[in-house]
Amino acid sequence: MADPLLLTPTPAGLYCPAGDFYIDPVRATPRALITHGHADHARAGHDSVLATRQTLDIMALRYGENFCQTRQIANYGEAVNVNGVEVTFHPAGHVLGSAQICVCDGKKRIVVSGDYKREHDPTCPPFEPIRCDIFISEATFALPVFRHPDSRREVGKLLSSLALFPERAHLVGAYSLGKAQRMMALVREAGWDKPIWIHGAVEKITDYYIREGVELGEIRKVTAADRPKLAGEIVLCPPSAIQDLWSRKFPDPVAAFASGWMRVRARARQRGVELPLIVSDHADWDDLCTTIRETQCSELWVTHGEADALAHWASTIGLRAKPLHLVGYGDEEETSGEEAAA
Amino acid sequence: MNSFAELLDRVAFEHSRNGKLRLMADFFRNTPDPDRGWALAAITGALTFRHAKPAIIRQLIAERTDPVLFAMSYDYVGDLSETVALLWPAPDEASVGHNRPPAPTLTEIIELLDETPKAGMPVALAGLLDQLDETGRWALLKLITGSLRVGASARLAKTALASLGNLEPNAIEEVWPGLAPPYLDLFAWAEGRALRPVTSDPAPFHAPMLAHAIEEADLAALDPKDFVAEWKWDGIRVQAVVGCDADGQRVGRLYSRTGEDISPAFPDVMEALCAATFGDAAIDGELLVVRAGKVDSFGALQQRLNRKKVDVKLVAEYPAHVRAYDLLSEAGEDLRTLTFSERRARLENFIAMRRPQRFDLSARVAFQSWDDIARYRRDPASAGAGEEAPAIEGLMLKRADSIYTPGRPKGPWWKWKRDPFTVDAVLMYAQRGHGKRSSFYSDYTFGCWREGAQGDELVPVGKAYFGFTDAELKQLDKWVRDHTTNRFGPVREVEANRTIGLVLEIAFEGVQRSTRHKSGVAMRFPRVSRIRWDKPAREADRLEALEALIGERKQTSA
Repeated sequence: MADPLLLTPTPAGLYCPAGDFYIDPVRATPRALITHGHADHARAGHDSVLATRQTLDIMALRYGENFCQTRQIANYGEAVNVNGVEVTFHPAGHVLGSAQICVCDGKKRIVVSGDYKREHDPTCPPFEPIRCDIFISEATFALPVFRHPDSRREVGKLLSSLALFPERAHLVGAYSLGKAQRMMALVREAGWDKPIWIHGAVEKITDYYIREGVELGEIRKVTAADRPKLAGEIVLCPPSAIQDLWSRKFPDPVAAFASGWMRVRARARQRGVELPLIVSDHADWDDLCTTIRETQCSELWVTHGEADALAHWASTIGLRAKPLHLVGYGDEEETSGEEAAA
Repeated sequence: MNSFAELLDRVAFEHSRNGKLRLMADFFRNTPDPDRGWALAAITGALTFRHAKPAIIRQLIAERTDPVLFAMSYDYVGDLSETVALLWPAPDEASVGHNRPPAPTLTEIIELLDETPKAGMPVALAGLLDQLDETGRWALLKLITGSLRVGASARLAKTALASLGNLEPNAIEEVWPGLAPPYLDLFAWAEGRALRPVTSDPAPFHAPMLAHAIEEADLAALDPKDFVAEWKWDGIRVQAVVGCDADGQRVGRLYSRTGEDISPAFPDVMEALCAATFGDAAIDGELLVVRAGKVDSFGALQQRLNRKKVDVKLVAEYPAHVRAYDLLSEAGEDLRTLTFSERRARLENFIAMRRPQRFDLSARVAFQSWDDIARYRRDPASAGAGEEAPAIEGLMLKRADSIYTPGRPKGPWWKWKRDPFTVDAVLMYAQRGHGKRSSFYSDYTFGCWREGAQGDELVPVGKAYFGFTDAELKQLDKWVRDHTTNRFGPVREVEANRTIGLVLEIAFEGVQRSTRHKSGVAMRFPRVSRIRWDKPAREADRLEALEALIGERKQTSA
């Protein structure tokens, strides 16, 4: 059994008593280590924050420069000593700046995955499996029904719909941090060279991605006057905007939504989606299982999502497994708002 | 198969009728024969598979998945076909190698399912599932389980087909009954490459004409003089067709409203229909059970429905009968372009001259004003229905000048059903829904009060899962989650006692005695008509109120 004191679940989040820090705490704490910039993991109000430069930038963009008192940059692969505990950030492949956090006290290594994926994503460095004793995984899509198809095939669905319905605007709902920019990059890879239109809510983060050197081609912000003219165009917007009055001014809009939840037809139908695109920034079932094996961990903790199913699977391959049922992360219901980025 | 599956998947999500039509027309244009014909057959419900059944699917998936993970997945997805399609393990790349064969076509799949004997079906089906992608597997499983409800009706598919050339959808309906998949001649005609197909079926199905529901307030806009009224009998709508084949043999068929051939279950009706004295004809009418010259309840008819084997005793005990509404053809002459009055005269003459066994005429109801109609609806006995009044579920109003138009045209025919019964019951259990409603608690078991050992207690009397709006569903779902006292898998027990409980007004069509239900009663067609947020649970109805309705028919309007 690993030293229970290295990391322990608390109501505020995972806590390291030896180093006196929290990882992705859901309430304000004196010292927080942040895996990535989505609002359910990165909250404002901590005294000091340790995260990758890009995650810190994204937090500053969203919460303002005063989102914490002191901040410290963690570079991928460089060990940082926090009160005698060694922590190292490694790419998680989730969104720009996302990281897994490896915590080591010289005897045991625990990796906190944060949110992660293994699929192709031109906008951020790929996930690296880290050997460890305890792997703490997310489980957003931890049911064997969630097997994401190749994202390139899903983008193909979008482009063939544009060919069949050139007189209709194609509104693509996508979370404003990560998914929206990944969709832009995937659409470019598929050969789409017309301008890509964006809703105002997507602008700030998209500009940041471009400043960070991610190639997205010509991006234009939609104005009220543009809307009726965007037949046959791709418009990226927050998922909630698809059902808004905002969407009605477009010519006969096709409601698309890029999310792993679109794998289940009833979920897509409940949201009124006409063109579900199964593109996810989370690992699907097969990738969760593969990743857990690759870490060669002897124990698996599951933070949030379909924790019981993943823990059940882990026990069938001889791992000690426990669901933590942490509260406050990526609500199982995708309706919980834009930031439950899936 | 994969392109057909993608069509179904896309059509299922498309909201607009025009969008659906475009998708289907695009598919028909770009898919070769005979695949597109089999696709048309699948969408119009013209396919059935004898040996490929849901039980095999359950068996196959049980052999391939962990039961705990399957149960969790099924609970989450809420649809068996989709769960299996998603869970199906992709065949090992190593065993498939680089020589992976192309996915089978729809035609190949249908031939294989048709030719495979029962014993070979599990292996054949597993082989197909291995070769298809997720969408293909989903479509195949939907096809087999007969639940291809994808928002693409048969009518819409025929309209899409008509749009390939410049045919009217009704022109397709006209030739449709005599055609069989894969409809090569039909596509050739639609594309202007061949003449109208000639049908040779001596007893074809005629796409039925259906009525819209009407409310009392809407009647004011109509002139009573334009309309003919008749009773709406509480049986099932059927079409009895008889003709002679090329060898002079008499061929008769009894079709349900959807064109399903139900002849084998009704040898008594068939004997009368095929009698030489009947002549060649197509009759539109209502299938009923008539005993001692009197129409019996729908419950009696139910004894005869959905039976694969004919039970001689049941046939004797519940004799079937057709009450004729309309005459669609006679001695090879198509009457559907005549007006209703003209057809009605032909029908009356037909029945009078031929005097068929087990067929009679649905009486016309004479009236002067809509007030008369409203009164007859409340009390059919007062308009001459006599002892048969309990078997009447309302009135039909048909324009005297209406030609017989397949589908549900708005205007020529109206139905005005009698008011349902209602009862105020208390919500006791809620179950998560399936399909569109998976994750919502949308199936409600409700109960009424009765005297128990420790005073009044609730006893479940029925279950309802529709009648409410999407907005109400959200409120009900929230109420269930906030008042849960116990969980049994997908079912939640909710607070239901004299002080706390949610009262639902349930509408229903009748009550029968039942030995299978704890309460001893079974409701017909129950649905939620109102949510009584205002009504205290203790004031909900008692079981005795339902018991008093057994065998009753409501004769007065509320």
